[in-house]
Amino acid sequence: MASILVFGETDDSGLTAPTLELLGAASRLSADIGGGVALALIGSGLADAAAAAGPAGADSVYTADADSLAGYQTDSFLPVAQGIVEQDSPSVILMSQSSIGRDLAPRLATRLGTAAIMDALGLEVDGGRVKATRSCYGGNARQVVTVQTDPQVITVRPKSQDPIEADASRSAELIAVDVAEPTLRARTTGKEQAESEGIRLEDAEIVVSGGRGLGGPEAFADLESLAGVLTAAVGSSRAACDLGWYPPSQQVGLTGTVVSPTLYVAIAISGASQHMAGCGGSKNIIAINKDPDAPIFSFSRFGIVDDYKKVLPALEAAFAAALD
Amino acid sequence: MNVIVCVKQIPDPETPAAAFKVDEAAMQVLPAQGISPVISPFDAQAVEAALRIKDSSGDGTVNIISLGPDSARDAIKHSLAMGADEGYHLNDDAFEGGDAWTTALALSKAIQHLGVPDVLIFGRQAADWDQGTVGSIVAELLDLPSATVLRAVELSGDRITVSRVVADGFENIDLPTPCVLTISNEFGDPRYPQLRQIMQAARKQVTELSAADLGLDASEVGAAGARVQMHALFQPTSDVEVEIIEGDTPEEKAAGLVNALREAKIL
Repeated sequence: MASILVFGETDDSGLTAPTLELLGAASRLSADIGGGVALALIGSGLADAAAAAGPAGADSVYTADADSLAGYQTDSFLPVAQGIVEQDSPSVILMSQSSIGRDLAPRLATRLGTAAIMDALGLEVDGGRVKATRSCYGGNARQVVTVQTDPQVITVRPKSQDPIEADASRSAELIAVDVAEPTLRARTTGKEQAESEGIRLEDAEIVVSGGRGLGGPEAFADLESLAGVLTAAVGSSRAACDLGWYPPSQQVGLTGTVVSPTLYVAIAISGASQHMAGCGGSKNIIAINKDPDAPIFSFSRFGIVDDYKKVLPALEAAFAAALD
Repeated sequence: MNVIVCVKQIPDPETPAAAFKVDEAAMQVLPAQGISPVISPFDAQAVEAALRIKDSSGDGTVNIISLGPDSARDAIKHSLAMGADEGYHLNDDAFEGGDAWTTALALSKAIQHLGVPDVLIFGRQAADWDQGTVGSIVAELLDLPSATVLRAVELSGDRITVSRVVADGFENIDLPTPCVLTISNEFGDPRYPQLRQIMQAARKQVTELSAADLGLDASEVGAAGARVQMHALFQPTSDVEVEIIEGDTPEEKAAGLVNALREAKIL
């Protein structure tokens, strides 16, 4: 019996970065709550990922490994997740605030007779319960909340927690879970992969982002050019995505991707709270905006007050010379 | 196709940051002077999705449910002015201080009271608490299939096909009816009510329902029934001091920025 059950996610490289972060958070919480840390993996071809669970902080790892579980579907994952929870009886369940966690956590919590707190930024133990700090009002406010029923289900924002140092000498007890053939009501019939060349937003060390102030979709070609010089990924504010200037997959913000690069270059972005919710964890933000009162400057380490159209070519040349 | 949309009234999310204030002791957001509350933007998009389903199916109704204080009637009226048929207002002091769970419980009872429609639509999250769970909780309580965070919804025969926004693209999902959908901002702009429609909606009756009307005891809803407890509400502070790079030309500013990044060892 574990005290904290982490629902992990996998990709080609094994456990995803947010999963390693969840295991880090779970290890720290379990020091205060007691009990162990279990990882649950639901999917197909999980052997390599399961082997990484011990070194990343799990004491045990449940694997529900079946062809029918390749790719998340609410109706196939939900009963499997429920089965693992009933077997493990955790006091806390952690998931990533990902496409999967957003969908699975509230349904699973309801099925278990409890509730979910979504998108936690900070976690601490107080009186045996997990106090979660989360963003609300589009990033304008923070609230501290607890789930008063058991188990406490919490989704955690990617990049908000640190993983633990991997310890190759540790191993986790492997528990294979039987998987029944799912009854699918909603059925995924296909997937459109976003066209993204180059670096994934969430992995990039440098992100160059544009907003509504760019004035049109053409300007993103200039951002891509600058990003090429900086080996950066290109992001967009929600306003620019909603206007159809750039694909939704590149949206940085509360309802898009959360990034925390070393350098975030915000070009013609005003700095609305819901955008800052997606990039506020960046180590350094630099802003280029012609409005000296734009809120983005209050989050930035360096700023240039000018028309981006004039600054961008000069900046690209200066970066190219500096990095040559 | 009959559709029910659940909407919420919230403080205007476009409120300028300077006018956004929190009463930390009361753990409440203070209403900004002169800025009226609005229908949560994702919920207006949910109403739009419902109206398009009704239009393409050629018949049926779009009904609106909202849980909230007296002022929430305005969010219902806005939805009616967009073209929805009937409005239902879950208005009872017993609902005060509730959480996503108690809200979803009351909504699910109201939906059963009115009759489960072919499609139930929600915004992906209310733009105040940003939890994004009520639609999924209602789906679970009513044992219905669901698809969340959608950018497109289409009727295909007696089934619904949707496009779900995921981190690396979009998933196409096929659902039977009845089902629950939640709409994301990628769906596109909702229609804006014309004056004539606003006048018509103003005359429409909105049905009020209390906890007792829904067979709910006061101990099950509001603060008494909540499963999540709030301990603090505050505004985050930024401790960054910006250095504005000055210069007479864009070239000087660009060179100054690159130098500053080098000196700070960021580059």
